[in-house]
Amino acid sequence: MADMSQGRSNVPVGGSQATTVKTISGSKGLDFAEPLIFEMGEDGRTGVDLPDVAVSDDRLGGMRRKDAVGLPGLSEPQVVRHYTRLSQKNYGIDSGFYPLGSCTMKHNPRINEKVARMKGLGDLHPLQPVSTAQGALELIDTLATWIKTLCGMPAVAMSPAAGAHGELCGMMAIKAALEDRGEADTRKRVLVPESAHGTNPATAAACGFSVDSIPATERGRVDIEAFKAKLGPDVAGIMLTNPNTCGLFENDVIEIADAIHDAGGYFYCDGANFNAIVGRVRPGDLGIDCMHLNLHKTFSTPHGGGGPGAGPVVLSEALAPFAPVPYVVHDADGFKMIEHKADSDAKPFGRLKGYHGQMGVFIRALAFMISHGSDGLRQASTDAVLNANYLRAKLQDVMSVSFDGMCMHEVLFDDHFLKDTGVTTLDFAKAMIDEGFHPMTMYFPLVVHGALLMEPTESESKETLDLYIKTLRGLNQRAQSGDAQFFKDAPVLTPRRRLDETAAARKPVLRWTPPDA
Amino acid sequence: MSIKFTNDHEWISIDGDVATVGVTAYALEQLGDLVFVEVPEAGRTVAKGDEAAVVESVKAASEVYAPVSGEVVEGNAAIADDPAAVSGDPAAGGWFFKIKLSDTSELDGLMDEDAYKAYVDGLD
Amino acid sequence: MRYLPHTEEDRKAMLDAIGASAVEDMFCDVPKQALLDGPVDLPGYVGEMEVERTFAEFAAKNLSPSSAPSFLGAGAYRHHVPATVDYLVQRGEFLTAYTPYQPEVSQGTLQYLYEFQTQVAMMTGMEVANASMYDGATATAEAVMMAVRATRRHRAVLAGGLHPHYFDVTHTSAHSLNIELVQPDSDPTRPADPASVIDLIDDQTACVVVQSPDMFGRIIDLKPIAEAAHARGALVVAVTTEIVSLGLLEAPGNQGADIVAAEGQSLGNALSYGGPYVGLFATTSKLVRQMPGRVTGETQDVEGERGWVLTLSTREQHIRREKATSNICTNAGLCALAFTIHASLLGEEGLSRLARINHANACKLADMLAGVDGVELMNDSFFNEFTIKLSKPAEQVVEALAERGILGGVPITRLLPERDDLANFLLVTVTETNSDADMDALVQALGEIL
Repeated sequence: MADMSQGRSNVPVGGSQATTVKTISGSKGLDFAEPLIFEMGEDGRTGVDLPDVAVSDDRLGGMRRKDAVGLPGLSEPQVVRHYTRLSQKNYGIDSGFYPLGSCTMKHNPRINEKVARMKGLGDLHPLQPVSTAQGALELIDTLATWIKTLCGMPAVAMSPAAGAHGELCGMMAIKAALEDRGEADTRKRVLVPESAHGTNPATAAACGFSVDSIPATERGRVDIEAFKAKLGPDVAGIMLTNPNTCGLFENDVIEIADAIHDAGGYFYCDGANFNAIVGRVRPGDLGIDCMHLNLHKTFSTPHGGGGPGAGPVVLSEALAPFAPVPYVVHDADGFKMIEHKADSDAKPFGRLKGYHGQMGVFIRALAFMISHGSDGLRQASTDAVLNANYLRAKLQDVMSVSFDGMCMHEVLFDDHFLKDTGVTTLDFAKAMIDEGFHPMTMYFPLVVHGALLMEPTESESKETLDLYIKTLRGLNQRAQSGDAQFFKDAPVLTPRRRLDETAAARKPVLRWTPPDA
Repeated sequence: MSIKFTNDHEWISIDGDVATVGVTAYALEQLGDLVFVEVPEAGRTVAKGDEAAVVESVKAASEVYAPVSGEVVEGNAAIADDPAAVSGDPAAGGWFFKIKLSDTSELDGLMDEDAYKAYVDGLD
Repeated sequence: MRYLPHTEEDRKAMLDAIGASAVEDMFCDVPKQALLDGPVDLPGYVGEMEVERTFAEFAAKNLSPSSAPSFLGAGAYRHHVPATVDYLVQRGEFLTAYTPYQPEVSQGTLQYLYEFQTQVAMMTGMEVANASMYDGATATAEAVMMAVRATRRHRAVLAGGLHPHYFDVTHTSAHSLNIELVQPDSDPTRPADPASVIDLIDDQTACVVVQSPDMFGRIIDLKPIAEAAHARGALVVAVTTEIVSLGLLEAPGNQGADIVAAEGQSLGNALSYGGPYVGLFATTSKLVRQMPGRVTGETQDVEGERGWVLTLSTREQHIRREKATSNICTNAGLCALAFTIHASLLGEEGLSRLARINHANACKLADMLAGVDGVELMNDSFFNEFTIKLSKPAEQVVEALAERGILGGVPITRLLPERDDLANFLLVTVTETNSDADMDALVQALGEIL
């Protein structure tokens, strides 16, 4: 393949290609100018054919709607074309490499979509009699068994709807356990590493705890001496991400677990990075009390543009009694669901969500697990870690890796390598977009300056990684040569160029409004 | 009229027992373009170190702390309406609130202009 | 294994590049005693055919509402989702995209979220809406916490007709933050009485939460409650579990609501045994900075072209951390897209017709059931679900119906187990998916059972 990267730029000097090509329609080849549905609609158009039934006011309690809702009328072909065109402006895992650190953008298998839509699974009503949903309960129970086995933990709460929701579940279980011990009023301080994802302190605060930050060492791990110095009789627990947000395994994790337990506190583990160790390490063997999993990360359920997710939480013997309702039990008569505190033999802290949990996400995650099997999952985490270390090995001579030694499934760089170039992490990322790569996570974690966190996942071939490496090395060369303007202008080849986020925040326009409103 | 500075990058301009409080150019540079400002309402009592106002840029949010204790005399409605009007220069209009001091001795612990400049140079 | 591209040659070459002699070298930071020697004790990998077979076996053990006359509601509704929706949401650029943090390559997601926000604001009659939450129950809990933040008061009054799951979820959050929740008893044998709620509002009340149609199907007039609440400085949180009802009933925003928390599952989303669903959240411009969750806003790019970005992010956890409006990170993404597409297909006329058909069908069945011995209709008003009192315990009747292959309704005691006085009460839901044959089957079966 011809090497296109040397010398000649794809973009005319002095501006973007986009401005030099103006079309009559506004669309440019396959990049369509697509208005909002509200700008396309017309009264009298419809995308569904439903009978026009008159109803009286008699049973509407005097509350019949008098004004119009305001929705636009569109025919079916218009709707299909509209959303098809919108999809074409998006980058997904199906489009290309998506090395977003902490997000685990792995392949989303379509068999998972097929089984989630099966009649008898996708169409079940949550409140149909339990006797008519035994297969559904068995499915949830089977997934729970896989999760407990992979984590080496005795119990799991299945209902949280997302990772942050799982964090809430874990911290509420801890709070309930403290209340049960009569210590909820004295133990209100939670220790959180400064590298933690923002959801961690936000969750602690939502549970009424105060947050005490633990510094990191030069090696990027929790400073265990600083941590021990913060222990005391008012500590409720620690929230630790392991592997941590710098992509590193916390070597002292067992010592940390012992210390927090000796101090009378609990160990919450943020399992967002489980993809590094699934099938190779069981968090239960590390001394944790609870850990949430992100099924939409480690277990491939689709990210869907931001959701839905699921965040089941594994629990130790100490916390299991406090698991929220509802939960599935399996006895001689079959499967049952405990939906109310009064029906429980344990001490559930309450309910976190309507109905039973993200069943559609469960089905997809279980399909993924069964497809891989225990050997496949172990190979997946191995390849994920291999891929990240490969990126590290092939980029570390030109880009500044933040921490020495082996990384786990993601590798952290900082912007030291861009010092004096006039190019920021943001600019570098925008240039990657023009090269057909979704950028890595930027500016997170906050413990290094201008973070670039890359997580390749196991789904990427060596060819893809090699092209990525070559591209980044080339971009870095360009940055070092002093061509900062190139980066400031980027991206130039995308449906939209850089957008004014300041204006969007100063004068928020959060919806379309009719012109004469 | 004298001007003092805090470790948290607030400036405080004192005139008798009323002080005017704003944030420094250094702080504004760290924040980037401001998109939102919240100022305290008149009549509110604050203690030194209390959170008195909030500034937000697109990517960051920051508290403005009361450098001294007292009663808020006025919050600057102009910057609440137009965050772009905030500047780090005490002489320009970008002040956040005016406060009637309850304990003038609290001013002793604050930095003067040279000390603040040295402090900022030491950061980074 | 079909999802893993590396060959053994690839792996060897990469290990060499890393300077590792074996895979184990990369795990040198893991305490030795925690490293497993081999795979955990679970089955090994299987092909697609096996996977399909496994799930078909699970499915075969369930009675599908698609194959049986089905009258289940209570916050999750069976509607016909046009085939277009499912095809579009499975386009890889929608399905496999992440949160739109790089807006230049995420205009698809951002534009549909903007359309979604607009649709939700229009349906609820409110000024702004966010880009969705997990579900209606968590949206309600978040609404109460928002009201507490905005008013700096610590008490909330929750009307008796609030869905018990919504109450329980709100209670779970409220408990952690020492927010007092007050709820009057509910009596489905009489029309809902606004006085029961109004009498409980005091100067410490942050908000009043009212669901309409309520859990028994009764339609509530929010206006007198809103007046009373506003007079005491309390906010009004309006809740609806059936978004289609807003195609026929007055919008909460036109009745004085300050916040609306709702369930959007009815549009675009399968029942899926309870999740994933889509929480709708709308409020006034005045309160927008207290609103939790993601929100998309309009702006321009450097060429002056209109585009969209996530905005007002400083309310959220990744910036405010412990001072965030909520810990929420994920939204309902693809479920919100499904809602948007379905609502786009319906349009004004389609939503209106859909709502009218639902109500007409419910009226028809209600009249048929009222003619059955042992059945008494409780509701003066309803949209598409109503409560009936049976001459036998509802749970028994429902089991008997299930044996006949009919999913007849949700016993009230499934949601309120402590209410022995309501043991004979059944919530029956009718949508456009119920045919005359379905209704005849239910009526006939009930006649036999009662």
